[in-house]
Amino acid sequence: MGRKLLLEHINEPGINTFEVYRKKGGYASVEKALKTMTPDAVTEEVKKSGLRGRGGAGFPAGMKWSFIDKKSDKPRYLVCNADESEPGTFKDRYLMERIPHLLIEGMITSSYALGAKTSYIYIRGEYMYIVRILEKAIDEAYANGFLGKNILGTDYSLDLYVHPGAGAYICGEETALLESLEGKRGNPRLKPPFPAVAGLYASPTVVNNVETIATVPAIVNMTGDEYAKIGIGKSTGTKLISASGHINKPGVYEIELGVPVEEFIYSEEYCGGIWKGRKLKAVVAGGSSVPVLPADLILKTAKGEPRLMTYESLSDGGFATGTMLGSGGFIVMDETTSIVQNLYTFARFYHHESCGQCSPCREGTGWMEKILHRLHHGHGKKEDIDVLLDVSKKIEGNTICPLGDAAAWPVASAIRHFRKEFEEAALAHEPLLVNS
Amino acid sequence: MLNEIDGMNTEIKFSPEALAQAQKIIARYPQGKQKSALLPLLHLAQSEFDGWLSPEVMDYVASLLSIKPIEVYEVATFYSMFNTKPVGKCLIEVCQTGPCWLRGADEIVAYIKKKLNIEVGETTADGMFTLKTVECLGSCGTAPMLQCGANFYENLTPEKVDELIEKFRTSGKRTSYLRLNEFQNA
Repeated sequence: MGRKLLLEHINEPGINTFEVYRKKGGYASVEKALKTMTPDAVTEEVKKSGLRGRGGAGFPAGMKWSFIDKKSDKPRYLVCNADESEPGTFKDRYLMERIPHLLIEGMITSSYALGAKTSYIYIRGEYMYIVRILEKAIDEAYANGFLGKNILGTDYSLDLYVHPGAGAYICGEETALLESLEGKRGNPRLKPPFPAVAGLYASPTVVNNVETIATVPAIVNMTGDEYAKIGIGKSTGTKLISASGHINKPGVYEIELGVPVEEFIYSEEYCGGIWKGRKLKAVVAGGSSVPVLPADLILKTAKGEPRLMTYESLSDGGFATGTMLGSGGFIVMDETTSIVQNLYTFARFYHHESCGQCSPCREGTGWMEKILHRLHHGHGKKEDIDVLLDVSKKIEGNTICPLGDAAAWPVASAIRHFRKEFEEAALAHEPLLVNS
Repeated sequence: MLNEIDGMNTEIKFSPEALAQAQKIIARYPQGKQKSALLPLLHLAQSEFDGWLSPEVMDYVASLLSIKPIEVYEVATFYSMFNTKPVGKCLIEVCQTGPCWLRGADEIVAYIKKKLNIEVGETTADGMFTLKTVECLGSCGTAPMLQCGANFYENLTPEKVDELIEKFRTSGKRTSYLRLNEFQNA
């Protein structure tokens, strides 16, 4: 059994209440940080831990914190990104729903480190039922002196609010999220300036994913050095993986980074193997935006080494033979799956979610959906495959935010590894069969 | 239009309770940044006014926040949870993205279409159900799924869909993103 830092008490009855959470050692990091550490010392521990942003980009969290503009006389903000919308990703939802106080604790300790006096949790509107869960937890934290004025008798004060979005994948991009939090359309901003200098209300702001913030209490409690001992190399600590698709046991699993992919898919501790006794065909390892890999390349690298659940091992081989850990949205496809049809659902998704600001993304995602629709419905042409690749290349790198890349990569990788299937689809004159 | 069907007062004004709630929401943001309350207030307005945002409702929200109506229109039309046209009492939203598709979302959509005798985007003649397909709702491990009101209904089968629709019909109540229905999974 791997070590659990986030989900250790997830099955404890009543863990969603302050009382039980506190009994299990909850809010210890707030006490330790506020009473015995300076804000910079907390940031230092997060730096030492090697924690990387868990939303998908994997940028070192401590370094991101250290960029916050301390010379500015404007208020500083911490904003939690709970806009979880990457297809295949449902870990933040699980965490907030089951153990909401862990996020609240992380928000308090992290806000203290950053010098924020007001913080927000921006949560996707579809998770409205979780807004209620978080607000109840926040009320309990206020009632017990962990939020509000002079927390635990110290001179640190913090107000924390939950802010619901209203249905837009793009608001998971941090500057679109800030626009949305300011009551506008979710159009990503040009950078620089980065949020650390001019974020919410043009004030210094850090935006972190739910899981990133929820990991901070463990780091403060155990020290950054101890946290960094878990995992392999620059992939330190534990990670929540959302496992979905054609597996026997879909769900959220906390793994120590470094677990072999093969063990993750086939062991009873995790996915429990492929459903219906079928064979593995392909995996999208880090949410719909990352390259898809066929069975042989997800289990072993091109060099023949076992592929591990780490940032480095999953990206071994670059985009030619590798992929990315991303958000940890692990989507498994069995041998009956049509790669063309699965890709069509992704292309439809990105077209629907493009904010429309940059022409390559707005137009390109529409064309990719249209072409994949006709390939999938038996109206395709052989040249469609090259047109798809051409469009994807013209989107990639040519947009303000990474949604363009996220739309292009699945297309390019699916054709790279499964070209024959696309050629067959182009020659077929009837709709592909829906998988059974 | 739906106001008349429901026999409700057509004057656009929050109830005292909703107005108090709106003031509480506005107070979460710094002085002069009240526009930040726009999304939560539109949710509240949609819930108060029959599940959709008419131009009059949007103008009312603009007046509450002292912003221009266009600032509300451009936002209301950007986000997929805001309806700028009337919808049925139960807005059934079925996720259709990859992970749900892998577990049979297409079959669930086809089943509901046949059962309610409507296409995606249409409302039943009695104004009870509107069917919509949506993109990933973060329920990939419990797919296929649909959202109705604040509830997620997961691991769907045709039998579960039958039970759910029956329960909605019996209840007859309008659903809202801000309220949990009185029943969870069928």
